[in-house]
Amino acid sequence: MTMSRRTFVQAAAAGAAAASILPPAAFGQSAAPLTRPIPSSGERIPAVGLGSWITFNVGNDPVRRDECADVIDAFFQAGGRMIDSSPMYGSSQPVIGYGLEKLGGQGKVFSADKVWTSSASDGLKQIERSRGYWGVERFDLVQVHNLVSWEAHLQTLFEMKASGQVRYVGITTSHGRRHDLFERIMRAHPLDFVQFTYNVVDREAENRLLPLAAERGIAVIVNRPFRRGALTQRLEREPLPAWAQVIGAGSWAQLVLKFILSHPAVTVAIPATTRVDHVRENVAAASGVFPDAKMRERMASYVHDL
Amino acid sequence: MMSDWWTYRPEDFLLFSPRTYWRTFELHNEALWPLHILTVAAGLAMVLLILRQPQQGRWIGVLLASLWVFVAWSFLWNRYAAINWLIVYLAPAFALQAFGILVTAFPPGGLTIQRRGVAGWIGLLLAVAGLMFYPLLPFLTGRPWTSAEVFGIAPDPTAIVTLGLLLAAHGRARPFLLVIPLFWCLFSGLTLWTMDDRWFWLPILAAVAVFVALGLRRLTRRPAS
Repeated sequence: MTMSRRTFVQAAAAGAAAASILPPAAFGQSAAPLTRPIPSSGERIPAVGLGSWITFNVGNDPVRRDECADVIDAFFQAGGRMIDSSPMYGSSQPVIGYGLEKLGGQGKVFSADKVWTSSASDGLKQIERSRGYWGVERFDLVQVHNLVSWEAHLQTLFEMKASGQVRYVGITTSHGRRHDLFERIMRAHPLDFVQFTYNVVDREAENRLLPLAAERGIAVIVNRPFRRGALTQRLEREPLPAWAQVIGAGSWAQLVLKFILSHPAVTVAIPATTRVDHVRENVAAASGVFPDAKMRERMASYVHDL
Repeated sequence: MMSDWWTYRPEDFLLFSPRTYWRTFELHNEALWPLHILTVAAGLAMVLLILRQPQQGRWIGVLLASLWVFVAWSFLWNRYAAINWLIVYLAPAFALQAFGILVTAFPPGGLTIQRRGVAGWIGLLLAVAGLMFYPLLPFLTGRPWTSAEVFGIAPDPTAIVTLGLLLAAHGRARPFLLVIPLFWCLFSGLTLWTMDDRWFWLPILAAVAVFVALGLRRLTRRPAS
């Protein structure tokens, strides 16, 4: 059976039918999108967020800006909340701000942004500029992007948190970079969130970062779940295995997301997309049945052998 | 941040999708049409006049410098920089190129452009390719024709035509004037490569052609032993 993301709705219906007669796996079943607690506060957050790397960097093009607003609208309607961006992502921040203003979405969004400047003194100014682009009263989460000048920025962010200017503080990396330093910072500082790359083929984080996040009570945001689309594009050349229906995955994208979300230390995955049907599909992956440990290994092995 | 550069790869700096990149050209062309006719006509006029007889570089220099400033302001600064923050640092280089062309072209004997020699001919061929072939690329690549890159409007053909004219030029400052257009061709080729564009080699080929032409000029000038 060959299945593309375009036809996931029909397949998801069949998958849901199959799943409904199966016992719940690791996290049980639910019609509503899965939420996960942020360990430092207990606040629950939908497990699928929305990334903005490349997809929302559309410049001043009014047509594309409206398309991005449609994606944000579909994301909220499906039950999503966390949108993640960075000053590094070109025009993504003002485009998100445009969408939020158009939709009146400032009250719905869990705003996750980053500070990305080598100058310690510029951090605060950059965060304020970013906040202006988003049009939110304050960011829910600000992360130190790729550990750039992390010592100075973390100090700024903890001070902002203490004064109520930001709710949560985190750090990010991607592509498996600098995990040693990342781990040291996780051990030494009271972080609320960490963000790194994890998916069915990039599993390095399983060795140390994910267990450490669970041990230290740090929420985990997973970036590059689809390897910027390259993973799903590669997988979509292959037929979706019949056992995908057992975990309610109607597409390769949902299969990959369910693999990520079934790790107990993962809080939110943030796939990025330019398409309304894809954002619905992504959020829908956070409901229904999730694979248990045995199924997770089967999934990883199957993808590895393709 | 400098200590982190080694952890980055070229594709990490690709901030936009190919769809957004080409859409930027579409919007730019739509806003400026029919200025394209004038800029291409000006380019062809330069080439035709050089073919007829050697040209002092003044009026060509003024024209080229104006177009470099125009592309820097209208495309790089006002459009491309919105999706690529690197351009904020590169747009001033286009203004510097314009300044360099003007300063070089005005003193007597500063820049003489003619078709003489193998480098001159390769240069004029390169200029004609930038003027006539580059705008036709969308028909070969399958992109919308409205995303065409046109001399004096878009940076790649502007850099390539300039390189061609400079190859046909004589003057001590010429090597310095080649640096920025050559760098732009390499930067653009790298950008297209990170976008998985099959035609990424075109601007790089233009840069290679410059070095080949300069090498041939050197060879043909070597006195017989």
